[in-house]
Amino acid sequence: MHPAPSVIIFSTMSGIGFGLLVWLGLGHPGVTGFSAFVFFVVAYLLAVGGLIASATHLGHPERALKAFTQWRSSWLSREGICAVAALIVMAIYGMGLVFFGSRWGFIGLIGAVLSLGTVFTTAMIYTQLKTVPRWNHYTTPAMFLAFCVSGGALLAGQWSEAFWLLLLTAALQVLVWVRGDTALAQSGTNLATATGLGNMGGVRPFEAPHTGPNYLLREFAFQIGRKHAQTLRIIAFVLAFVLPLLIILLPFNHFLAGVAVISHIAGVFASRWLFFAQAEHVVGLYYGARSV
Amino acid sequence: MTHTQPTLDLSPKVSDEIRKTTCYMCACRCGINVHMKEGKVAYIEGNRDHPVNQGVLCAKGSAGIMQVNAPSRLKSPLKRVGPRGSGEFEEISWEEAYGIAEAWLKPLHENAPEKLAFFTGRDQSQSFTSLWAQGFGTPNYAAHGGFCSVNMAAGGIYTMGGAFWEFGQPDWDHTKLFILFGVAEDHDSNPIKMGIGKIKARGAKMVGVNPIRSGYNAVADDWYGITPGTDGLLILSIVHLLFKAGKLDLDYLARFTNASCLINEDPKSDEYGLLLKDVAGQPIVIDRRTGQPAPWNGQGVEPDLSATYRDKGITHRPVFHKMAEKYLDEQYAPEAVAERTGIEASRIRQLAAQIARTAFDEAIELDREWTDFRGVKHDKMVGRPVSFHSMRGISAHSNGFQTCRALHTLQIIIGSVETPGGMRFKPPYPKPSTAHPKPHCKVTPGKPLDGPHLGYVQGPDDLCLDDDGNAIRIDKAYTWENPMSAHGMMHMVISNAHAGDPYKIDTLFLYMANMAWNSSMNTDGTMKMLTDTDENGDYVIPHIIYSDAYSSEMVAYADLILPDTTYLERHDCISLLDRPICEADAVADAIRWPVVEPDRDVKGFQSALCDLGARLGLAPFTNEDGSQKYADYADYITNHIRRPGVGPLAGWRMGENGLNDGRGEANEAQLQTYIDNGGFWMSHVPEEAAYYKPFNMAYQDWAVKMSFFDAPQPYIFTLYSEPLRRFQLAAEGVGTRQPPEHLRQQVKDTMDPLAIWYAPISESVEDETEFPVHALTQRPMAMYHSWGTQNAWLRQIHGHNPLYVPTKIWEANGFAEGDWARVSSPHGDITVPVAHMAALNENTVWTWNAIGKRKGAWALSDDAQETKKGFLLNHLIHELLPAKKDGMRWSNSDPVTGQAAWFDLKVNITKVAAPTESQPNYPPIKSPVAKGSGPLTQKVGQ
Amino acid sequence: MTTLPTSTQKKLGLVIDLDTCVGCHACVVSCKGWNTENYGAPLSDQDPYGAVPSGTFLNRVHSYEVQPEQGQAALVHFPKSCLHCEDAPCVTVCPTGASYKRVEDGIVLVNESDCIGCGLCAWACPYGAREMDAEEKVMKKCTLCVDRIYNENLPEVDRVPACVRTCPAGARHFGDFADPESNVSILTAERGGMDLMPEQGTKPVNKYLPPRERDRSEDVDILAPFLDPVASEPKGFMGWLDKALSTMPGGQ
Ligand SMILES: Nc1nc2c(c(=O)[nH]1)N[C@H]1C(S)=C(S)[C@@H](COP(=O)(O)OP(=O)(O)OC[C@H]3O[C@@H](n4cnc5c(=O)[nH]c(N)nc54)[C@H](O)[C@@H]3O)O[C@H]1N2
Ligand SMILES: Nc1nc2c(c(=O)[nH]1)N[C@H]1C(S)=C(S)[C@@H](COP(=O)(O)OP(=O)(O)OC[C@H]3O[C@@H](n4cnc5c(=O)[nH]c(N)nc54)[C@H](O)[C@@H]3O)O[C@H]1N2
Ligand code: SF4
Ligand code: SF4
Ligand code: SF4
Ligand code: SF4
Ligand code: SF4
Ligand SMILES: [Mo]
Repeated sequence: MHPAPSVIIFSTMSGIGFGLLVWLGLGHPGVTGFSAFVFFVVAYLLAVGGLIASATHLGHPERALKAFTQWRSSWLSREGICAVAALIVMAIYGMGLVFFGSRWGFIGLIGAVLSLGTVFTTAMIYTQLKTVPRWNHYTTPAMFLAFCVSGGALLAGQWSEAFWLLLLTAALQVLVWVRGDTALAQSGTNLATATGLGNMGGVRPFEAPHTGPNYLLREFAFQIGRKHAQTLRIIAFVLAFVLPLLIILLPFNHFLAGVAVISHIAGVFASRWLFFAQAEHVVGLYYGARSV
Repeated sequence: MTHTQPTLDLSPKVSDEIRKTTCYMCACRCGINVHMKEGKVAYIEGNRDHPVNQGVLCAKGSAGIMQVNAPSRLKSPLKRVGPRGSGEFEEISWEEAYGIAEAWLKPLHENAPEKLAFFTGRDQSQSFTSLWAQGFGTPNYAAHGGFCSVNMAAGGIYTMGGAFWEFGQPDWDHTKLFILFGVAEDHDSNPIKMGIGKIKARGAKMVGVNPIRSGYNAVADDWYGITPGTDGLLILSIVHLLFKAGKLDLDYLARFTNASCLINEDPKSDEYGLLLKDVAGQPIVIDRRTGQPAPWNGQGVEPDLSATYRDKGITHRPVFHKMAEKYLDEQYAPEAVAERTGIEASRIRQLAAQIARTAFDEAIELDREWTDFRGVKHDKMVGRPVSFHSMRGISAHSNGFQTCRALHTLQIIIGSVETPGGMRFKPPYPKPSTAHPKPHCKVTPGKPLDGPHLGYVQGPDDLCLDDDGNAIRIDKAYTWENPMSAHGMMHMVISNAHAGDPYKIDTLFLYMANMAWNSSMNTDGTMKMLTDTDENGDYVIPHIIYSDAYSSEMVAYADLILPDTTYLERHDCISLLDRPICEADAVADAIRWPVVEPDRDVKGFQSALCDLGARLGLAPFTNEDGSQKYADYADYITNHIRRPGVGPLAGWRMGENGLNDGRGEANEAQLQTYIDNGGFWMSHVPEEAAYYKPFNMAYQDWAVKMSFFDAPQPYIFTLYSEPLRRFQLAAEGVGTRQPPEHLRQQVKDTMDPLAIWYAPISESVEDETEFPVHALTQRPMAMYHSWGTQNAWLRQIHGHNPLYVPTKIWEANGFAEGDWARVSSPHGDITVPVAHMAALNENTVWTWNAIGKRKGAWALSDDAQETKKGFLLNHLIHELLPAKKDGMRWSNSDPVTGQAAWFDLKVNITKVAAPTESQPNYPPIKSPVAKGSGPLTQKVGQ
Repeated sequence: MTTLPTSTQKKLGLVIDLDTCVGCHACVVSCKGWNTENYGAPLSDQDPYGAVPSGTFLNRVHSYEVQPEQGQAALVHFPKSCLHCEDAPCVTVCPTGASYKRVEDGIVLVNESDCIGCGLCAWACPYGAREMDAEEKVMKKCTLCVDRIYNENLPEVDRVPACVRTCPAGARHFGDFADPESNVSILTAERGGMDLMPEQGTKPVNKYLPPRERDRSEDVDILAPFLDPVASEPKGFMGWLDKALSTMPGGQ
C-alpha cells in the first residue's frame, strides 16, 4: 500500500495523543491546574493534529460531516464518532482538572475508554480489510492499542508502566512482522484465484492493461525492497523500543526522558510507514511483478 | 442514522442528434453514430445497421473523439523556413500554398511529368488520386500496397481472383474449422472479431498458425507456433498429405480450376509450360464425354483431370499431373519439414487430418440450385466447411507471394473457395488477373498518362521498361527485379529518388504516410536521404510536398504542408472503384461527410487536389473552357463519371426510370441520400448467386447489373499461373524481352507457375549464426500505426513497448523484468526494454508496431514515454539486403511482387545496462503546433 | 444505503467469456467514452499529452500467460470491471453512505455528491474495480451503465451496457442472474461460469467463463484414417493417379 504521509502522521500522532488521554483519564499522572493544562494541550495537539492530517487525505474534506452517518456498518464512521466523543468527554474532564482542580474520575474513565475506542476503531479500519491479509488479523488492533498505551505512558511519564508496556509492544511488533510476512501467501488469495485460471496451469501476468501508472498502482502496488525493509525494521525497533527501554533503565533525567519520547515517536513513525509500505493489497496480484 | 438510496434519472437524454458516418481510425471503415451535443461531438458508437460492424466498435473507433480534439491537428498550410527536418515552419494561406505548388508542378507537367513522384499512403481514395496522377502524366504513382501486403493481393488475384480482407472472408456462419495464418489484427478488424465470436458461440473450431500466441491466436483452440517465413513449407506439407491420401475435391478441381487444362510438355517448344489454347485463345481441356479436346468453358464440357493429349507432335498433360508430381514429392513430407518449420511431424499430420475430416466427412449441403457457366445445373451447393484467413504474417516475407499461392492452392484442392463453409469473395470480387488493367507508363509531356498506373502484368511484354530495358518508374515497379509489383513499391521511392536511380526527380508529393518514421525501412537512412544536399548545397530531392492531418514525424521533412481535415470534418468516398466495404452477401459503398466543420484553416486533401488539378490544367479536373471542373471532392463524388453509367458511388444513381443501384447517371441528391441512409448503400447478393461466384451465372449476371463488369466473365482458378510461367520461360531464354543476367536465376527459381516454397532471400546473404533470432512486429488492436499516439486515451493503453523474448532466449541471457537489451541486425542496432513471453516461438522476439515516437512530434512533450521507452524495430530493417559476394545489393523485397520483406528480419540479442532512454534517439523536432496540455475533464453536455 | 440490502429484486451483471475475449480493449474505451459523457463527473486524464498520462477508467483488460505442466503456454485476455458483489465490502466500509447497492437490481453505485473521497472503498475491493478520479476527487466505478439499461431515450436493443454493445467478439453478456432462464444464467451454467477470488467472500454477481481446453488435437489416432495413403505401396505416380481419380463422382 502507498505509505501516504497524511495517514502515517495521523495514526502515529493521534495514537500517541489518545494514549496520553487514556492515562490522563485514568488519573496518571494526577495533575491539575497548569501542569494539567500543559498535558492536555500536548494530548490535544497530537490527537487533533492527527485528525486534521487525516482530513487532508480526503478528496472532499468539506463533506466530512457525512462521514458520521454510517456508524452501523463503517469502522471509519465509528472512528469519527468515537474520536469526537472522546475529545468532547476528555475536554469536560480536562476542564475539571485545569479550571476546577477536581478530578471527575467517572468522566475520565469514560474518556479513557472512548480514547482507547478511537484507536481501536482506527485499527479496525485496517483490520477489517480482507484485501490486505497482513492487516486482516487480531494483532492489528492489539498492536495499535499497545502502541497507544505504551506511547501514552511514556508521554505521561509513567516510567514503570511504560517499561513493561514497551516490552509487550515490542514483542507484539515482532509477532506482527513475522506473521505479516507470510500473511498474503497464507490468505489463500493468489493470482490463480484472482483470475480463476489456476486449474489450467501456472498463471503469470503478461501485459498490464495500461503502460503508465493509474490510481490502483499508485495506491496499492507500492513495493519496497526486502533489504530496505529489514534495515527500516531494525531502525524502527531500536528507536521505538530499545532506546527508550535503555533510557528508562538509566537514572531519571529530564533530557534523556525527552530523548526517549522523541525516539519512541520516531520509531513509531517508521513502524507505521512500514505498516503501510509492506502491506500487500490483493489487487497487486492482478498487476504482478510488472507493477512498480 | 440511515441513508436512503438516491433517486436516479434512469433516462437521461443521450444527445441532441445522431450523425451517421464512417470511421477512419483504420481501413476497416465501420459505420458510426456520432452523438452530437450542442453542436459538438459527444460520444461515438457503432452503427447497428452497417454491413461492416453491425453496431460494434473497436477501441480506436470509440476513441475517435480524442482524434478530432487532438492538439496535434495541423492548423493551416505551412511553408518550411528552417532546414529540412528541423520542423521550423511558417503558416501561410491556401492561396500561397497553391501558388508554391503550382510553381513547382506546372513546368513538370508541361515538360517532364515523370519528375513528379506522387505516392499516397493508406489512402482510401485511390481511384481519385490515381486519376489525378494520370492527369498529371507521371508514371510515378502508387499507394502504400507495396510495403504493406501486395503479396496477399497479388497472390490471390493471380491464383483465384481475390484473396482476403477486401476481397474475401470466411463463411462465418457455416465454417466448422477456421484456420488463421499470420494475422494479428488485419484491416477487417471488427468483422474478424465478430466472426471469431460467431465461431466460438457455435462451438466450432479455430486454429492459429503464428509464431506469437496473442490476440486472435490466444483464443484459437489450437496454436501452431511456426518459425517465421516457413508457412509455405507447412502448407505444402499438408497439401502433400492430402494428395497422398487422395483427400482432394477432384470434381471441383476438374470443373472449376485449371487443373484440367493441358500444358505443353516439350522443352524445345517456345510454348513450353504454357497452356494449350484453341484458335480463340481459350485454354483447352479434354472433355470426358467425348475424350476430345474442348475449350474449358464450352457448354456442357466435363473436363478430364487425367487425360493427356498429343497435338502437332507435342505431348500435353493436364496441370493436375504436374501438381501430383510436385506435391507428392517426399521433400514435403512432414518429417522433412518439421525442423525447418518448428512444428512436429505428428502435429502437421493432425492438422492435415482435421482439414480432411472436416472438408469431406463434415461437408454441408445447402438446398440451393445454381447454374454454372457451362450451362450445367446443380441442385445443391456443396460446402467444405474449412476456411482460412491470412494476412501479413505470410505476405510480408520475400517468399510471401508463393506462400500466399500455396495457401490458396490448399483451399482450392479441398474445394473450399466460394463454397458454403469455406472462403467467400466480397463483391466486386472475384475478379481474375486478366480482368484487371495492365500497368501503364507512357509519358507525354502536357498530357495524361496513357492509362492507369497499376495493374496486373500477364508476361514480360507488360513490364514498365524502356527500350533499353531500364525502369520507367522511379520505384522500379514492373521490372525484372519484381515483375508483378501490382501495387508499386512506395518503400523504394525515397532511396531511388535520392540515388537518382533510374533518374532524378524534382518533386516528391506524399499523402498520409509517415515515411520519415514508422512506414519506412531504414528510418535513420530515410531521414538522411530526405535532408541530403548535393555539391551546390541544394537538396538532392529538390521539393517535397506533404499532406497530413497531424503533426507527424514526416511533417518536418516537407517543404510545403497541405493540412488535411480529420475524418469527421470532410467528405470521403469508399467506392466500388477501389476498396469498398462489401461483405460476401452484399455489395456496399459508403461516404464520410462533415459531421462537424473544421475550426482551422484546413481543407480535405481531395478537395485541395481538385483545386490544384484545375490550376495545373490537368485534363480530368478542367472543363473544356479551362475552368475548374470539380468545386470540391463532394462535387467530384457526385458528378464524376468513370465509365458510362458508372461513378464513384453505386447507390441511388439516376436511371432512365428513376433511381438505380449500380448503374446510372449522376444524381445531385446522392450524397444527401447516403447521409439519410446512415452513410452507406448496400444491396444484397441474390441467394442463388451467393456461392460459386466465379462460375455461377446468376452471380455473373448480377455483377454486370451492379456495374462490376460490362459483360459476364466467368473464369476458373489458376492453380497453374501462366503469367508466372511466361516470366520463367523468358528467363530460360525464350522471347525477346530477356531478364538481365544477374536476375535470370532468381526469376527461374521464384516464378514457378505452381505454388512453391523457398527460403527467405535474406538467408542467402546473412549469417545465420550471427543473427539467429527472428524479429517481428504486431499491430496492437487498440492503436493505429503512428497516429494512435496523439490520442490521450489510447496512449494510456500502449504508451511504450517492450521487446518480448521467448523463455529459451530469456533464460540464456539471464534476463529479469526491467532489463534492457541491445538488438542488432546486419543493418544496425537498437537498445530497448525486454519482457518475457512463454507462448512464443522459441527463436522469435517481437514488439508492438509503431509505438516508439520521435521527440517533438504529435504535440507530445519531449519526455513522452513513447520517446523514452518506446522504440521502432524499423531501424534494424533495410530496404536493401547486405551486399552479396559480387558486391550487389538486392532489394529486401519479394522478388515477384516487390513486397517489402519486413518479417524476414533476423537479429542478435545481448543484455546491456539500462540506458536513460531507448536507442537510437534523436533530437526533438520543432512542433508546428502547440503542445498538448491537460488535464482533460471534458464533458460536452454540461 | 451503506449497509447492504438483504436481497435485491434483480441481480444484474455481466458474463465475461475468457474463451472468446481477444483483448482488443474496445470495451475499455467505449466505457470511457460513455461514462465521461454520462453518469457523474467525467473520467479525467492527467498529463494526457505529457510524459506519462494517467486517467480514470472503469474497465481494464489485463492479459495473463498460463503454463500448463505439459505442453504449450496459453495466453488469456482478462477484462475486469466492478463485479457488483452481493456481499460488497466496498459498500459496508463507506463512512458516508455514498457507496450503495441498489435494492431493485443490485447495481453497486457511488453517489458522487456524498463521496468524501476517502478511498476506503477502493481499499476494500479485492478486484481493483474502483478508481479515484484525480480531478473530481470522488470515487468512480462501473455503473453497469445504469443510465443506459433503462434509458427510454435509447432504442430497446441498445439498453445494454456500452461495453457489451461494443464488444466485437461478443465476449461480454449482460443480464439478470436472479432469473435462471436468463442468457447469463444459462451461459454460466453451461460453461461453468466462475467467481474471481471466491475466498474473499464477496459473492460477485459477474461471472467469468473459463477458456475451453486448448491444444487438444492429439486426437490424431481417431483421425489417422483420414490420411491413409491412396496407394498403399509406392506403385508410382500413375498408380496413385488411377486410385485417386477413381474416387471422383461419375467414376472413372
Ligand atoms: N516494423 C514495421 N514497420 C512497418 C510495418 C510493420 O509491420 N512493421 N507495417 C508497414 C505497413 S503494412 C504499413 S501500411 C505502414 C503504415 O505506415 P504509415 O502509412 O506511415 O502509417 P501511419 O503511421 O498511420 O501514418 C500515416 C500518416 O497519416 C497521417 N494521417 C492520419 N489521418 C490522416 C488524415 O485524415 N489525412 C491525412 N492527410 N493524413 C492523415 C498520420 O498523421 C500519419 O502521419 O507501416 C509499415 N511499417
Ligand atoms: N489496430 C490496428 N489495425 C490495423 C493496423 C494498425 O496499425 N492497428 N494496420 C492496418 C494495416 S496497414 C495492415 S497492413 C493490417 C495488417 O494486419 P496483420 O496482417 O494482422 O499485420 P501484423 O500486425 O503485422 O501481424 C502480422 C502477424 O503475422 C505474424 N507473423 C509474422 N511472421 C509470420 C510468419 O512467418 N508466419 C506466420 N504464420 N505468422 C507470422 C505476426 O506474429 C503477427 O501476428 O492491419 C491493419 N489494421
Ligand atoms: S475497426 Fe475500429 S478503427 Fe477501424 S474502422 Fe472499425 S471502428 Fe474504426
Ligand atoms: S467488485 Fe469491488 S467495487 Fe464492485 S461491488 Fe465488488 S467489492 Fe465493490
Ligand atoms: S471514497 Fe467515497 S464512496 Fe468510497 S468509501 Fe469514501 S466516501 Fe465512500
Ligand atoms: S457496464 Fe458500463 S460502466 Fe460498467 S464496464 Fe461496462 S461500460 Fe463501463
Ligand atoms: S471488447 Fe470484448 S473482446 Fe475486446 S477486450 Fe473487451 S471483452 Fe475482450
Ligand atoms: Mo499496411
